[in-house]
Amino acid sequence: MSGFLLNRLSQSIVLLVIVSIIGFTVLNLMPGGPLAQFGLDPGMTQKDVERLAEQLGLNRPLWIQYLDWAWRLIQGDWGHSFRDGSSVLTVIGRHLSATLLLMGTSTALAIAIGSWIGIRGATHRYSLFDYCATVGAMVALSVPTFWFGLIGIYIFTLKLGWVPAGNMYTIGDGSVLDYLHHLILPSLVLSLVHVAIWSRYMRTATLDALSQDFIKTARAKGLSERRILLKHVVGNALLPMITLAGMQLPSILTGALVTETVFTWPGMGRLFLDSLGYSDYPVVMGLLIFSAILVVLGNLIADIVIATVDPRIRLA
Amino acid sequence: MTAIAVHATPTRWWHSRAVYRFMRHHLALVGIAMITLLVLACAIGPYVLPYDSLQIDLRARFAPPLSGDHYFGTDPLGRDLAARLLMAGRVSLLVGFSAMLLSTLIGTLVGVTAGYRGGWVGAGLMRTVDGFLSYPSIFLVLALAATLRPSPVMITVIIAVTSWMETARIVEAEVRSLREREFVQAARMVGLSRRHIMFREILPNAMGPIIVAASLAVARAILLEAYISFLGYGIQPPMPSWGNMLNGAQQYLASAPWLAIIPGAAITIAVTSFNFIGDGLRDALDVRDDHI
Repeated sequence: MSGFLLNRLSQSIVLLVIVSIIGFTVLNLMPGGPLAQFGLDPGMTQKDVERLAEQLGLNRPLWIQYLDWAWRLIQGDWGHSFRDGSSVLTVIGRHLSATLLLMGTSTALAIAIGSWIGIRGATHRYSLFDYCATVGAMVALSVPTFWFGLIGIYIFTLKLGWVPAGNMYTIGDGSVLDYLHHLILPSLVLSLVHVAIWSRYMRTATLDALSQDFIKTARAKGLSERRILLKHVVGNALLPMITLAGMQLPSILTGALVTETVFTWPGMGRLFLDSLGYSDYPVVMGLLIFSAILVVLGNLIADIVIATVDPRIRLA
Repeated sequence: MTAIAVHATPTRWWHSRAVYRFMRHHLALVGIAMITLLVLACAIGPYVLPYDSLQIDLRARFAPPLSGDHYFGTDPLGRDLAARLLMAGRVSLLVGFSAMLLSTLIGTLVGVTAGYRGGWVGAGLMRTVDGFLSYPSIFLVLALAATLRPSPVMITVIIAVTSWMETARIVEAEVRSLREREFVQAARMVGLSRRHIMFREILPNAMGPIIVAASLAVARAILLEAYISFLGYGIQPPMPSWGNMLNGAQQYLASAPWLAIIPGAAITIAVTSFNFIGDGLRDALDVRDDHI
């Protein structure tokens, strides 16, 4: 187990190094590079900028600059926002919980709905339901999230008036119910794509499990079909879902950015777009690196959880 | 000797089992039909329609669909939505298609090199793939698009350099499994150059998965272009694209819902079609289904 952990941990560290190199490359592609903020300042002449570049060591070889930058990242010095001067990590921290709430709710929804569709499709294979679910999943994977959001707002807010069109809470309210009320539509919109993915996965996994010998044994023992499904089939299909959930993280984050924009949800995605609009490059860079770190860590955690839960992996 | 390996069956390609299986895949045929219609409409439509996509008519603002000659209505500037939709289709389909070509090229080069060379080169390349895959694609694309000048060509390049990784992974796995096969050993023994073995001997045998990945890559590229154009960092107005037509649609959702519904439907139809085609190709070419 510890060997597996150590191996997996070192892989993640290598990955983080590569991720940071990609990030550093993007940073240097930005207009004016790391000194972009001063290029916009009319009080700074070209000479001032050059002097500053020398002071900050921007005329050193690139690899030394990279090491310096990476070292500051590790120490938690991610720079300061151009907009309000607060540190980048503080700014990200302010928006993190809203995004995690949205992502968590929609993932839970997607797993619940997707599993149900997938299991039903497998037990009623080649039925009308199965066929519709298969085609529906492929269409769902093709719908742009923002369009689904706009249609949702049009129907459920403008026509039916059931849910609010945006924001996380009503100003002056802020009760749990109010939060939930605002959460329903965005999390449903965000979950659509993942309902499709989970249902496809669950269908395959259930079919796979149903053909195993231990299911025949369970049937021979006289267990009810329902009990076989819930205990033996779903139990076996659920484990790899943890890995899959880790793999889905980048696409959930992508979906979250778009969903947050449509529903004016105050999360990391909105922050990213706002910062882009203000050319607030330290925050943009911070979020870029932060999202990738989140993905790497998410996958690491998923692997560790799997290894602790699944006895078969322990030897690896 | 090598010719035998590649051209073992001298039948015409349209008699092959793959084509037969593809033709039996109904969804794939629906996909082909829809894409053909879309491409024809976008190619010919703008010449046939009575309006130009950029022609502003302030007296005819917000005309609903099917009013007068405006089949799909008009936008806030009174421009004909049908004409804009078809012009936008040209841009979106072209960007999607070119991005697919470029990303497939990059992915194939990286995949073949990593798969055949193996060792440090292979490991380094594949870890780079993992590194790129750790970034949520839209964050990377938006950061690049906001930084570099967003011309259609630049958008195509940005989408391609952020979406070649899937292809690279698929090709790498395929090439690695082919590397020690007899025909490759034979080619090595005869003394063919490494480049010849990689691209003339192994690559043709890995075409199936590449074609499948490419058809799905078009779908993804069209979606990605729509996302960034919708957010205002992709194709810039006045040039229309399906994504940027939706850009201002949200504020008119109550009064002019067709502004949002119609371009989004076009995106969905195009992307669904390419996904259907990819699914049909996967069945026809007998490619193992790796990602659900």
